[in-house]
Amino acid sequence: MKKLGSALLGIIVLCGLLFLFNFNLNRNTSGAREKEKVLNIFNWGDYIDPSLVKKFERQSGYRVTIQTFDSNESMIEKIRQGGTTYDLTMPSEYMVEKMRKMNLLKPIDHRKIKNLNQIDPLFLNQSFDPKNRYSLPYFWGTLGIIYNDKFIKPNTIKHWKDLWSSKYKNAILLIDSVRDVFAISLISQNQSINTTNLNILHQAKEKLVKLTPNIKAIVADEIKMYMEQEEGYLAVDWSGEAAEMISVNPHLHYFVPEEGSNLWIDSFVIPRTAKHFDAIYKFLNFMSEPENAAQNAKYVGYSTPNRGAKKILPPKIVQQRAFYPSDQTMNHLATYRDLGAKVVEEYNDLYLEFKMARQ
Amino acid sequence: MAKFKHFLVAAPYYLWIGLFVILPIGLIFIYSFHDLNGHFTLNNYLNFFKNQTYLLMAFNSLCFAIIITFISLIVAYPIAWIISKFQNSRDFLILLVIMPMWINLLLKTYAFIGIFSRNGTLNNLLASLGLGRHQFLFTDIAFILVAVYDQLPFMILPIYNSVITINHSLINASFDLGASKTQTFWRIIVPLTLPGIKSGVQAIFIPSLSLFMITRLIGGNRVITLGTAIEEHFLSTMNWGMGSTIGVILIIAMILIMLLTKESK
Repeated sequence: MKKLGSALLGIIVLCGLLFLFNFNLNRNTSGAREKEKVLNIFNWGDYIDPSLVKKFERQSGYRVTIQTFDSNESMIEKIRQGGTTYDLTMPSEYMVEKMRKMNLLKPIDHRKIKNLNQIDPLFLNQSFDPKNRYSLPYFWGTLGIIYNDKFIKPNTIKHWKDLWSSKYKNAILLIDSVRDVFAISLISQNQSINTTNLNILHQAKEKLVKLTPNIKAIVADEIKMYMEQEEGYLAVDWSGEAAEMISVNPHLHYFVPEEGSNLWIDSFVIPRTAKHFDAIYKFLNFMSEPENAAQNAKYVGYSTPNRGAKKILPPKIVQQRAFYPSDQTMNHLATYRDLGAKVVEEYNDLYLEFKMARQ
Repeated sequence: MAKFKHFLVAAPYYLWIGLFVILPIGLIFIYSFHDLNGHFTLNNYLNFFKNQTYLLMAFNSLCFAIIITFISLIVAYPIAWIISKFQNSRDFLILLVIMPMWINLLLKTYAFIGIFSRNGTLNNLLASLGLGRHQFLFTDIAFILVAVYDQLPFMILPIYNSVITINHSLINASFDLGASKTQTFWRIIVPLTLPGIKSGVQAIFIPSLSLFMITRLIGGNRVITLGTAIEEHFLSTMNWGMGSTIGVILIIAMILIMLLTKESK
């Protein structure tokens, strides 16, 4: 009993010491924060080449800290509640629109951005942020179809509507994401992926219910594993995920149906709580230098909006139609708009109904 | 003074219950009356009972929970009984039952993906026996199997505890008085182990109603339970009000089941 008591006391003392140590450490860094040159980035996991960050630190003398998030929703929640000191973050387009509407962003001073002309105009002045007052494209990608050529001959599937074919019974792995699943159905019916018309939405749901016999599972990150291991041979997923799968299993192929799909753009934005503006603009300029953007694109595997970088990247990467689609396909791509809480709720309810449908 | 001392000793307990039981349940309750904009509303509850989706989902969850609980009971009862027969090694055998509980559920579930997948252990075995490869992953049966596997210890332990306390002279008396084996089992043994069965059922039925991770990883979201809906409302749709409403309804269901399976004295 005595032993137990002293052990317990020891643990408590140790905890206290660690706490003090931590407190001291924090005080030191926060004290240093005012004097020292730092830049706080809030990024998706593994979404920037660490050696580029080191290079920036060497060149500019700023110390970069990176914290990561795993969904747009958790990111906005943290920033909305305040108390954070993030200087830059990289949300998807619909979230840029939402943050903009909630006054969570500071405008970007275009005069301080040197390489704006390097960004492909295709990705600028989008409806989620007219004139790019608040955002600067970082990476982009698409929603598309991945198949394994051992089981499906190339070019047998060309359009979204081919997924409904009875040939693919119990075969499709679907990405568990409301807007993307509805996009498949809406595009196959020639509707806008941003429709707010409830009739059209209900029709889209009915059409999705007809897809259920072909659906093997509705999952998220696991699609990568299942496709690589050939548990499934047909999936709907994002281009970046597809790039990773293909690098593991060369039998896999990705394509964007030419009739249209979602174009997503992750952009740099400056949260309201940002403090280190000098560092922010230095970093934005650094990242948009073609050479650096190309290196980053090579590391991350997503498509870069930087024209200069595209020229530097090996042709093997840039000529892949799957990740840099033809102009004709590009013209049919659309970004998601923030549809407002009411319609989003309708999407969610219908999505749940679709998931409930049994084969 | 004595009372004050008493209170002081119990203070950590009260603090714990208050902070980690009462407060969260209270918050869920309050959230359940709020809509997306944070205004007071009863719509979440109306939605639940008017919307066929949720009722169907509740029915689905109920069916799966009943199946899972029933199978667990049928599997666990003989196991508990057999373990109790090993006079010398039963502590060790119970340890074997408990041991998987020390492993994280996520790891165990991922292991099942490896077993059930098309190139997994089970299919390799079937293929080598010439029975061909079959789809196991993302089926109802796989989901039920993994759920039962996961919950089994919670059924075995209470039943085992009540089995080892049975006074064997009662069973002998039953035989002496001319009862058959079946009669003895249903009239003597089952009533004596009923408390164990009840707490086992309680421990399995409620969590089964709201399983969510297994529905996704093993069921591939082809099995939708109330748990899935809660997860979705809290993590992706951010409709905490509706998620909380489902939570409150589950809590009420739990209280009802506790009352139904309560010791009648």
